[in-house]
Amino acid sequence: MTYDIEVRDRLEVDAKEIIARYPRRRSALLPLLHLMQSEEGYVSPNGIELAAELLDITTAEVAAVATFYTMYKRRPNGEYSVGVCTNTLCAVMGGDQIFSTLKEHLGIGHDETTDDGRVTLEHLECNAACDYAPVMMVNWEFFDNQTPESAVGLVDDLRAGREVRPTRGAGLCSFKQVSRVLAGFHDGRADEGPAAGPATLAGLEIHREQSSAGRRRRTTEDSSDTDRAAAPSDGPDPRQGQSAHDAPAQTAESDPANTAAPTGDEDGTA
Amino acid sequence: MTATLTPVLSRTWGEDRSWTREVYERFDGYQGLRAALAKAPDEVTQIVKNSELRGRGGAGFPTGNKWGFIPQGGDKPVYLVVNADESEPGTCKDIPLMMASPHELVEGAIIASYAIRATHAFIYVRGEVVHVLRRVQAAVQEAYDAGYAGTDILGSGYDLEIIVHAGAGAYICGEETALLDSLEGRRGQPRLRPPFPAIAGLYASPTVINNVESIASVPSILRHGAKWFTDQGTDNDDPRKRSKGMTLYSLSGHVMRPGQYEGPMGLTLRELLDLSGGVREGHELKFWTPGGSSTPILTDEHLDVPLSYEGIAAAGSMLGTKALQVFDETTCVVRAVLRWTEFYAHESCGKCTPCREGTFWLVQILRRLELGDGTDEDLEKLLDISDNILGRAFCALGDGATSPITSSLQYFRDEYVAHFEHGGCPFDPARATLFATSQGARGR
Ligand SMILES: Cc1cc2nc3c(=O)[nH]c(=O)nc-3n(C[C@H](O)[C@H](O)[C@H](O)COP(=O)(O)O)c2cc1C
Ligand code: SF4
Ligand code: FES
Repeated sequence: MTYDIEVRDRLEVDAKEIIARYPRRRSALLPLLHLMQSEEGYVSPNGIELAAELLDITTAEVAAVATFYTMYKRRPNGEYSVGVCTNTLCAVMGGDQIFSTLKEHLGIGHDETTDDGRVTLEHLECNAACDYAPVMMVNWEFFDNQTPESAVGLVDDLRAGREVRPTRGAGLCSFKQVSRVLAGFHDGRADEGPAAGPATLAGLEIHREQSSAGRRRRTTEDSSDTDRAAAPSDGPDPRQGQSAHDAPAQTAESDPANTAAPTGDEDGTA
Repeated sequence: MTATLTPVLSRTWGEDRSWTREVYERFDGYQGLRAALAKAPDEVTQIVKNSELRGRGGAGFPTGNKWGFIPQGGDKPVYLVVNADESEPGTCKDIPLMMASPHELVEGAIIASYAIRATHAFIYVRGEVVHVLRRVQAAVQEAYDAGYAGTDILGSGYDLEIIVHAGAGAYICGEETALLDSLEGRRGQPRLRPPFPAIAGLYASPTVINNVESIASVPSILRHGAKWFTDQGTDNDDPRKRSKGMTLYSLSGHVMRPGQYEGPMGLTLRELLDLSGGVREGHELKFWTPGGSSTPILTDEHLDVPLSYEGIAAAGSMLGTKALQVFDETTCVVRAVLRWTEFYAHESCGKCTPCREGTFWLVQILRRLELGDGTDEDLEKLLDISDNILGRAFCALGDGATSPITSSLQYFRDEYVAHFEHGGCPFDPARATLFATSQGARGR
């Protein structure tokens, strides 16, 4: 079986655009497989055949690549891929309990899909969000700091078609739509969602407390200690308006691991 | 004395719509590019050499030197590849950076490309973070629209194409030569070296591969100069024994306030914990990783070790990615090590025997040990297998797989023994969770 003419034509137009991005054709293979997945929700034999034809390589070569990467599905995926990070840190912080709760609640195991076709459950490796552990991903959007209860609520909402929003990300798209973004077709949703969550901003906030504590100190005591904290002369002054963000304090000559900046008073740094 | 944080890469992250060019430019965005284009490419490389910036992707190789290895004037095109595959367990700095300020990376990539005279820059983003991909795609588009990419960049005569490429889920693709194979449309398996990528990288052309944070550090160096960068960090007369500049420390696990902390190289975990409110209330530090799961674990003995390349190496581990995963006394070390080992076994690409077979057997033995069915001989076997992988594997994944095992046996052998004496795991996993209701749930 092959694709309908209409589907094939459409995929071919997109595929040509992908191939044109790269100096060499074969580099287009990973995005092409994402594109095929955006059509059928998995990398089907049809998709493998078309990718092989477009890149002028064998289907065996395409299949060897498709099976190497975990994001390419061999069976139709549910509308939502629900992943639970069970790498060590998330597992210890509760990811194991979340995953086993979901398995029981949904009655399915790893890489299985609910009968209604809504949810495919997976356990994931570290998704680079350990400061938000335990972490879940739905269609590759972040759901931070989950609990077994919040996870059950999440999958129930997904199955009932209620709106759910990622902690950091755009409004949820279907698995197929997301696969298209992965193929390199921007969907215009970059401006949705926040810049960062609270953990991402933790250091920045403490720095602000430090600097305002430093400022307070500077107005009350004119110590030479504070003067030494001046920013390098070729950089902006950390205490002046907009550029404050960009200039680290100088390190002390005697103790380079420590800065000579104002240390902040007790209440300012706790 | 309290250490001071120095947000540079993170300076815009708290701003509304920080990911846009408009906001980035309000914070001196693309001034580094303008400064670079006013100089000859080799001068830019020299400035980065002088800054002593070392790779933030794990190995700490001097970035400017890497750029300097690119042969110039040949007939092959030169490529820049940005490694945005961030997947080392515990590592979580590049993803939030690209989410909040993708232009910092894009600007750095353009400067780096100019310095090495690259025709194309590829940004290889791991696939499992779709919103980060969107932000990088949008930032690249904005850069083109503003004349920072494409032909005749800002009237300099320099042309550059930037391609954003999504991976498809494979930890090994973070290894630089596996990443190149993946980018060429193949299975991501490491290549034999030499030839090094600087000579024969992508499409057998000279290629520089750098981590996101390394590249994102470049604009600030161009804005403020190399000395500004070397004024931060640790000192030593021998340049190989010092670590310069600011960096992102990623704190996670059993701490009051996990997150990203940007400060000079060489802060200590104690300083970072003091700043951030410490280990979660009512608990104490048991073990931690300085730079992801592939770096040997450390304990409370090492709280005052400077987080610098040389400092952590002297303590018997590696700075890696500065992924500080903190575990308190409720955590079973055997469980933690088993899970990491399962990860390595799953992610082993299968190309070489010591890693493929070795990680499989390590998992079998650790499972037995966790269930309480292990013996003293099993502990020796773990060390023996690790010894056979370390230094014999084709790439550093195999070496990394042995780190949790050998270091945990060094510090916590008793706990392994307790498992088989106790006939099972003596820990209650519920107490270690974020939502543990017993004393000391995390406050915020
Ligand atoms: C198994 C393995 C996984 C790696 N994963 C990453 C990664 O996700 N991101 C990264 O930047 N470097 C990773 N590295 C390191 C890269 O091979 C390479 O050293 C680095 O990208 C070079 O950039 P830098 O010099 O700027 O640090 C990995 C290495 C190994 C062995
Ligand atoms: S060490 Fe492991 S991951 Fe690296 S080449 Fe060998 S089998 Fe592959
Ligand atoms: S361990 Fe779960 S996101 Fe890193």
